[in-house]
Amino acid sequence: MNIETIAKELNLKVRSGSDRLKNNVTGGYTGDLLSDVMANSHEGDIWITRQVHQNIVAIATLKEHAGIILVNSCEPAPDTLEKANQEKIPIMVSSLPAFELTGRIYNLLSKKD
Amino acid sequence: MAVWNKLKITVQTTETENYLYKNSFDVEGGNFNNAGSVSTNIKSILKNMGLPNNIIRKAAISCYESEINIVSYARQGVINLTVTPKTVEFDIIDEGPGIPDIELAMEQGYSTADRQIREMGFGAGMGLYNIKSSSDIFNLSSEVDKGTFLKIIINIP
Ligand SMILES: Nc1ncnc2c1ncn2[C@@H]1O[C@H](COP(=O)(O)OP(=O)(O)OP(=O)(O)O)[C@@H](O)[C@H]1O
Ligand SMILES: [Mg+2]
Repeated sequence: MNIETIAKELNLKVRSGSDRLKNNVTGGYTGDLLSDVMANSHEGDIWITRQVHQNIVAIATLKEHAGIILVNSCEPAPDTLEKANQEKIPIMVSSLPAFELTGRIYNLLSKKD
Repeated sequence: MAVWNKLKITVQTTETENYLYKNSFDVEGGNFNNAGSVSTNIKSILKNMGLPNNIIRKAAISCYESEINIVSYARQGVINLTVTPKTVEFDIIDEGPGIPDIELAMEQGYSTADRQIREMGFGAGMGLYNIKSSSDIFNLSSEVDKGTFLKIIINIP
């Protein structure tokens, strides 16, 4: 399943990397502690977080995440967006809290497409 | 050696001969706007060299956590990267407050990160532990009020 499908299904607002919405999502990871995400997330994951600082872009780049979703309508900082567009990392915003968003994405990914 | 002298710190290192790649990267303490850029650069170097994915993954974790620790706690530092046919090696040296109790610093959950650092999502107290888990040789030494030296070796199977 690609990012575009997830964004449509869950009404996400795309804030950066709109040219990379065909990125394939193979899993997901939810977390706000950067060293935890660094150690335990995987390539192809969609990363669900409330961190908005530009450091999230370096992590998503290093871990080759499919994209980042910010929860609770948190908006990315301006320099986060700038970096994300440079590095071609899709950042999206959801109005849902992390628990609910994670559950919905988990269900979407478990469905056979 | 020249670059390390710039930091007014002398460390004992073994010169690795017959390396495939060797380079030094400066890291500026306190500058979170650029934090992670050295690691991103190093990762693409390792990728271009065609190293196995799990080696790149371990190197990226080790390098990133070391870089962030310099940015978070030290004034300035250098990440020296050496790649040989059998290893990826990092010699990471910084000028800063040093670590008074290394055993304590290694514990998962121990952190002296201030509020500003924690607000960005750092300060879980997991960085050093994660580096150790990702490496085959992990050698941390430090002198209080001078700096910290971390030697990391990741074996290429
Ligand atoms: N280069 C360094 N210079 C001085 N102190 C350091 C350095 N690296 C680590 N420390 C000390 O060791 C502690 C533990 O470091 P570690 O990287 O494991 O966790 P952290 O940086 O606090 O949080 P995290 O890495 O999970 O974001 C730090 O809080 C700090 O007190
Ligand atoms: Mg750390």
